[in-house]
Amino acid sequence: MAPILEVKNLVKNFGATEVLKDINIAIEPGEFLVLVGPSGCGKSTLLNCIAGLEPITGGSVEIGGQDMTHVSPKDRNIAMVFQSYALYPTMTVAKNITFGMKVRGLDQATQERKLAEVAAQLQIEELLNRRPGQLSGGQRQRVAMGRALVRDPKLFLFDEPLSNLDAKLRVEMRSEIKKLHHNLDATMVYVTHDQIEAMTLASKIVVLKGGIVQQIGSPAEIYNRPANLFVADFMGSPAMNLVPARAVANGKGVRIEIEREGGDTLILTDKEHSGLPENVVLGLRPEDIAEKGFRAGTNVQDATCLVDMVEPAGADTYVVSKLGGTMVTARLHAETGAKTGQMIDLSFDLSKVSYFVPETGERLN
Amino acid sequence: MPHRQNRLGRIALRWGLYILLGLFALYYLMPLFVMVTTSLKSLEEIRTGSLVALPRDVTFEPWRTAWAHACTGIQCEGLRPYFWNSVMLAVPAVAISTLLGAINGYVVAQWRFKGANIIFSLMLFGCFIPFQVVLLPMARVLGMLGLAGSISGLVFVHVIYGIGFTTLFFRNYYVNIPVELVKAAKVDGAGFFRIFWAIFLPLSLPIIVVTVIWQFTQIWNDFLFGVSFSQAGTQPITVALNNIVNSTTGVKEYNVDMAAAIIAALPTLLVYVVAGKYFIRGLTAGSVKG
Repeated sequence: MAPILEVKNLVKNFGATEVLKDINIAIEPGEFLVLVGPSGCGKSTLLNCIAGLEPITGGSVEIGGQDMTHVSPKDRNIAMVFQSYALYPTMTVAKNITFGMKVRGLDQATQERKLAEVAAQLQIEELLNRRPGQLSGGQRQRVAMGRALVRDPKLFLFDEPLSNLDAKLRVEMRSEIKKLHHNLDATMVYVTHDQIEAMTLASKIVVLKGGIVQQIGSPAEIYNRPANLFVADFMGSPAMNLVPARAVANGKGVRIEIEREGGDTLILTDKEHSGLPENVVLGLRPEDIAEKGFRAGTNVQDATCLVDMVEPAGADTYVVSKLGGTMVTARLHAETGAKTGQMIDLSFDLSKVSYFVPETGERLN
Repeated sequence: MPHRQNRLGRIALRWGLYILLGLFALYYLMPLFVMVTTSLKSLEEIRTGSLVALPRDVTFEPWRTAWAHACTGIQCEGLRPYFWNSVMLAVPAVAISTLLGAINGYVVAQWRFKGANIIFSLMLFGCFIPFQVVLLPMARVLGMLGLAGSISGLVFVHVIYGIGFTTLFFRNYYVNIPVELVKAAKVDGAGFFRIFWAIFLPLSLPIIVVTVIWQFTQIWNDFLFGVSFSQAGTQPITVALNNIVNSTTGVKEYNVDMAAAIIAALPTLLVYVVAGKYFIRGLTAGSVKG
């Protein structure tokens, strides 16, 4: 199937500043693409470029197989939901939703039928005669979605639509957007700075930093095999442990030496990976370090570590130990007997490990 | 009992404040009081009585004279024709300059283009050009346009002069409206004017009121442009008032002068009374994000 959206070699400059550098993205119908990155990485600008609200400096944008690079937003067959919702303040909810149809000259009967459909779908029927000022944040969010849904577009664009909601509502709306995506079988592009939102919603994630695509992949790929140190650190909470280490060839595998305070080096033997340079950064997620006996596998290594801090979090208990000059977090079961200042036996699951070049941050394995 | 003393001190302070404010109010109301009472007295009573005394016999004759019979030079038609001149001048001038200011402000605040800031700065600069500086060039332009001495010419002058202020008002109001609103409307398919009419103008009541009050007061009270660019028959009320007061033959009719002055000032007073509460609200609206 032809991609719904294809961004080719897109470049965007504001004056002399390069905001987006050579972006290439393609989305198949029904995909949920999330653009994620820290603030200022260009993700919202990219979305505006896709929408046609920002002219692009170079490259092209195709939507539904047609070149839309120089087409105005209204003719791109898109709908957009904004962070501030951007509801028209003097119009009622019903007028907000039908404004686009009115502008396009759809007849009254069609407008009313579509309005009723969307209102039922989002359960906002009783709000139709209110003004945006009389709605709560969550209700405004629904109306903004309604305005997008009623268009029945080829492509939905979301610009951080949940950032203005409180934490609880955000989780609710998140699953609602996911349900909506599933029910409509719609194609969506979603911008967020929240990596959890990205993980839970996306079928494909694009990680951006400084206007450059760092990695494109499924949530599992991004999470398990981050392409570089930035992605490894950005995705996941608590973040992946990134520990400077020395790698020494050891038969079929590699011996990993991690410096510790007091001169006692922590040694792990990785049986699966080889051909590493001498200095590496070892990346291991907190859940891949468990208390001894709680993790089995062919490439699990045990080691005794000093507990520097214990953080109970309800379902899990995080244990922090200083290794290789950084604080390493291990995610243990809730009933662990770990105590600050004592030693504990930890299991490191090296089948999940990532290795990076310390200088460039590139992934090695 | 220090608590009690404190309380008494507060009451005394409060009363002192009210008395002071009352005195100020009286001081500022005095001229108006004298104007109103004098306009209701006969000439005889003005000569014999005190300036601040209430009228013994209330007469509306000076008002009738000022409205319909007072002489401006050789014509004795009162203020009536000039009042309508001013209405015909002020209404279109206020309407056009407000509308243009709204569109300009909308463009400068929401449709950023290269050089938008420079154009806005130049318009602001226009607010600070003294009236006297433009008199001669403006007379030349009006002559070339064939508008010299006409009310349309005066409307033109006031619109030009007002755009700087009206643009400033609307720009400062619209700049606080999130840009996403325009983006949403663009995606919805609306164009430049559709967005202005359907979304921005309905939001603008407070700032429209401020602009209308400001412009109406400016234009209605203007004397310099009125006296420079009008001719017999097209003079605004301010010029006629001056002529009535300054072209007395024989006894100076203070009561008629006062009545005429009040008539000339009434429309602006009325605008403030009707729309005053919006004025304060609109002036502060720009500073607080809605």
